[in-house]
Amino acid sequence: MIESAATFAFACFALAMLMNLWKVVTAPDVADRILALDTMFINAIALMVLYGMALGTEIFFEAAMIIAMLGFVSTVAYARFILRGNIIE
Amino acid sequence: METLFEFLVAAFLVTAGIFGIVGSYGLIKLNDQMSRLHAPTKATTLGVGGVLLASMLHAAAFEKYFSYHELMITLFLFLTAPITANFIAKVHIHRQETRDTMPEAGGDDHWATHDTPEDEERRSAEQTPPAED
Repeated sequence: MIESAATFAFACFALAMLMNLWKVVTAPDVADRILALDTMFINAIALMVLYGMALGTEIFFEAAMIIAMLGFVSTVAYARFILRGNIIE
Repeated sequence: METLFEFLVAAFLVTAGIFGIVGSYGLIKLNDQMSRLHAPTKATTLGVGGVLLASMLHAAAFEKYFSYHELMITLFLFLTAPITANFIAKVHIHRQETRDTMPEAGGDDHWATHDTPEDEERRSAEQTPPAED
């Protein structure tokens, strides 16, 4: 039962990432691109945790944590660059 | 007992997958930019939260070790999601809206984020009383 549920969740998050990639390519404005990239980071965290669960190791937890931090910092930096033309003033 | 845990983990995983896909589908489907800001919050809270809860339950019930540091990711995401949403909304305000398209700003004539140095000079000139001889 867990195997099929995990396969379903893998498929869902992979499809969600593909949709985000489509949105990054075709977005009309840069704010949409930032939002799509941020959502891609979220889905990547979920995929990482799922993969660690499927393999039964704790190694992927650290990777998921680092991706969460990188996602936050890069989203804020991108938005700040669009707003001010500079990241650290 | 084993079957109950198995059912719980599977239910969390299926819920998380559905919410993850709904969040990203909403990002494509919704028309307005500020409505699109709303869709991925479902993926952030319920999607990732469900996967992390399933991972914790799975570790406790089947791998024979207890792990609670998954909660750190949830806490981190809950702390940072409002900040990123605020920044994206501000990018929208500055690129798509002008002073005239924004809603009424209460007692003032415009919102503080659209303030310019000229406005500040004008206000300080109004506030300081004229010098007396």
